[in-house]
Amino acid sequence: MNILDYTATELAKKIKAHEVSVLEATNAVLGQIDKTEDEYNCYVTIDREGALKKAEEVQAKIDSGEIDGPLAGVPVAIKDNMCTEGILTTCSSKILGNFVPTFTSEAVLNLERAGAVIIGKTNMDEFAMGSTTETSAFGPTKNPKNPEHVPGGSSGGSAAAVAANECFYALGSDTGGSIRQPAGYCGVVGMKPTYSTVSRYGLIAYGSSLDQIGPLSKDVTDCATILEVIASYDSKDSTSVKRENTDFTSALVDDVKGLRIGIPRDYFGEGLDSEVKDAVLKAADVLKSKGAVVEEFDLGLVEYAIPAYYTIAAAEASSNLERFDGIKYGYRTEEYTDLHNMYKKTRSEGFGPEVKRRIMLGSFVLSSGYYDAYYLKALRVKALIKKAFDDAFAKYDVILGPVAPTTAPKLGESLSDPIKMYLGDIYTISINLAGLPGICLPCGNDSKGLPIGLQLIGDCFKENNIIRAAYTYEQARNEMEKEVK
Amino acid sequence: MGKEYETVIGLEVHVELATKTKIFCGCSTAFGAEPNAHTCPVCTGMPGSLPVLNKQVVEYAMAVGLATNCDITKYSKFDRKNYFYPDNPQNYQISQLYLPICRNGYVEIKGDDGMKKVGIHEIHMEEDAGKLIHSEWDDCSMVDYNRSGVPLIEIVSEPDMRSAEEVIAYLEKLRMTIQYLGASDCKLNEGSMRADVNLSVREKGAKEFGTRTEMKNLNSFKAISRAIENERQRQIDLIEDGEKVMQETRRWDDTKEYSYPMRSKEDAQDYRYFPEPDLVPIVIDDEWIERIKAAQPEFREAKMERYTKEMGIPEYDADIITSAKSLADIFEETVALGANAKKVSNYLMGETMRLLKEHNMDAEDIRFSPVNLAKLLKLIDDNAINSSVAKEVFEKIFTDDIDPEKYVEENGLKMDNDEDGLRKIIEEVVANNPQSVEDYHNGKEKAIGFLVGQTMKATQGKANPGIINKILKELL
Repeated sequence: MNILDYTATELAKKIKAHEVSVLEATNAVLGQIDKTEDEYNCYVTIDREGALKKAEEVQAKIDSGEIDGPLAGVPVAIKDNMCTEGILTTCSSKILGNFVPTFTSEAVLNLERAGAVIIGKTNMDEFAMGSTTETSAFGPTKNPKNPEHVPGGSSGGSAAAVAANECFYALGSDTGGSIRQPAGYCGVVGMKPTYSTVSRYGLIAYGSSLDQIGPLSKDVTDCATILEVIASYDSKDSTSVKRENTDFTSALVDDVKGLRIGIPRDYFGEGLDSEVKDAVLKAADVLKSKGAVVEEFDLGLVEYAIPAYYTIAAAEASSNLERFDGIKYGYRTEEYTDLHNMYKKTRSEGFGPEVKRRIMLGSFVLSSGYYDAYYLKALRVKALIKKAFDDAFAKYDVILGPVAPTTAPKLGESLSDPIKMYLGDIYTISINLAGLPGICLPCGNDSKGLPIGLQLIGDCFKENNIIRAAYTYEQARNEMEKEVK
Repeated sequence: MGKEYETVIGLEVHVELATKTKIFCGCSTAFGAEPNAHTCPVCTGMPGSLPVLNKQVVEYAMAVGLATNCDITKYSKFDRKNYFYPDNPQNYQISQLYLPICRNGYVEIKGDDGMKKVGIHEIHMEEDAGKLIHSEWDDCSMVDYNRSGVPLIEIVSEPDMRSAEEVIAYLEKLRMTIQYLGASDCKLNEGSMRADVNLSVREKGAKEFGTRTEMKNLNSFKAISRAIENERQRQIDLIEDGEKVMQETRRWDDTKEYSYPMRSKEDAQDYRYFPEPDLVPIVIDDEWIERIKAAQPEFREAKMERYTKEMGIPEYDADIITSAKSLADIFEETVALGANAKKVSNYLMGETMRLLKEHNMDAEDIRFSPVNLAKLLKLIDDNAINSSVAKEVFEKIFTDDIDPEKYVEENGLKMDNDEDGLRKIIEEVVANNPQSVEDYHNGKEKAIGFLVGQTMKATQGKANPGIINKILKELL
């Protein structure tokens, strides 16, 4: 078996058994990068030297017994909006094109403590604003399943790197679907945990009240394992929560008997591609056949989620991105006449069009005279959406639906019509507004051979329900595939 | 006959809190370090950093709020105030707009017409900015973020003051209260207390307020008084000339004694305030409020009453001793060590005040220990040193906090109580100064003083003046 075919947890076992060395695994990934990276452009930065050095260090620690975890020695890719000490961290923006952080984000530190080998930093939509990874200042990433298509976004580089075997797993961040949607487009597993589960310290903020770091992986087992490693209470992040139940791998059980699954009719209406619809409903049938209680219901408020999300996220972003001003770090314009001119030119030249659009939108909704009409109203909508989910979770353990209305669009199709692109987030953003956990896993391909993503949504702090459902579905699907072969 | 005008004044007072660390990170708040020595990713606005609230800031703010009769907001939040300037590393300041921690309080001051209440609209917590340093030499500007993130409270009064005197009384009252709480040293000249004056004038008896201006850069009580008088007159002149007062922010230049506009309402910035998503709401329960209340110190009024009624200190003395918490603390600790209250008071009122003036120091800067003052007073009581030696020793205590017992011993300053020895010296003095002796006999009482002085001189100031007087009178 080729090393690259192992999942992350399988590889860790092989390393532990001394059947594969950390260096071999790292070289396998670097070799794959040599073969396919020119075409896919998954990474902004590849840290070959650092990875090889780290591989030897980690091997020594594994040999001495100092590190003994389920991910020890496994090469990982990190989305380029998480700070990594000494490694370029750009957010795929020209304005941070030269930025090398002085500290490492907490989630990445947790991985390092568990023996991760960081291969590099993955491409993304600039400052995580976009759904295709085409707004990156360093060129688009291509979908390894079909390079004429986008990998989704904003964590498109991370999803594509996993799909292309350019790493064994990756970290992404999800503000409105940025982990789940690219996972769906690339046919990998991606999960956004409950808000406050993974520390945001070191994550360069887009929408602080919505941002959450999560795993992108080859299967559900890896996903739960990675989440268990990165989830931690962090006193440096005031929104971090001390959770009692972070034993996510205990939910890797092939059994959904009695699990109540709700299918929101609102998620299957106009705009949903029929092939996507069929595949998702077929997945629901599979879970039903495994003993889950599946029924349809009306969630409500779905049409308000997009305007509320783009108001809140843009408002926070407009403030979060103020610090990129050419004074302290990052890009500064070459010539300027005074301070104001320097700010203006630096930011005009440093930010791309989608980022500027959201900064302007966010500044507008916060400006005096509009704050109540837009920002406050959006906060009220957010509270109502949370209430709608609370009502739903009184009846169901899991909500099941598509992750996106279509499979991956072709490169160049989306950016010309931003509103259309925003509408593509319809099934993912309410989950961020309500702070809920959501997982996306493959549930088939469309007639063009592009992956279709199944989304399972859980109540706050109830990741284990969706992990259990996802694992059961994955097992059933593997069985079915074996039968076909 | 000109019209009569009334001045209406409200104050915005910023107070730097005396916490050891900054409001949102663990960096030191100590003043005077090398530029950017006390900084970290949080207070320099590095990407990915997040603020964590210093609990002590909340407790100081609550303590000041309770001492000024405010309601404590049980569900309070921080907001972001967005504006671009290099001293503000994130380009937003974390402050409180919508739900400030304290509201609706007042303090009592001696007003123009007797005691009056000055309302406090709110007290909110926020972070200070860094400091820009402009180098003329290199034609560039540099930023020092040591002050960035130092905790502040802003105390916003109601427009309840009517004169410079009332403003000063209000500021004195705030300063005293906050110093007593230990929440800040409140030094205007060092910027740990900063006051912006909102002032308008209106015809006496008018119900509507006039258009107000905000005056900044007021670094002393004197500057505040001068600026108020100047601004009052400027606004009256405008009105008398039929012109309008512009709503604007002005900057006071105390050396030139005039103010000039900084920015008008038209180009006022839109700060786009919104709730800070990186911090969770501050939830305060009754138990916490009670704990802060229980820890409140005895304030000035209560101390004055106790000093005069229970310790028999004259009101005049008590007023001075309680004018600074440091003085009151020294007074109480020295008395607790067994010293006589009035004698301690005398030393604080006389010598201490004189030396503070001489060294150009504030009472807060006093560094000597009550133990040494108590020892000194005991030496005097025991007739171990005379009063002039005592003064000399006290100066040493004041400047270097020396142990008076050791100092007297080492420098041989013990009072000379040896009557036989003194008698010999005095006999010599009398023999050498026949003129003075004759003057004394001719009724010139003062002449004896000269003879005492001569004796002191001969004993290097150590002689017991009582014994000298007694022997002199015998001999004469």
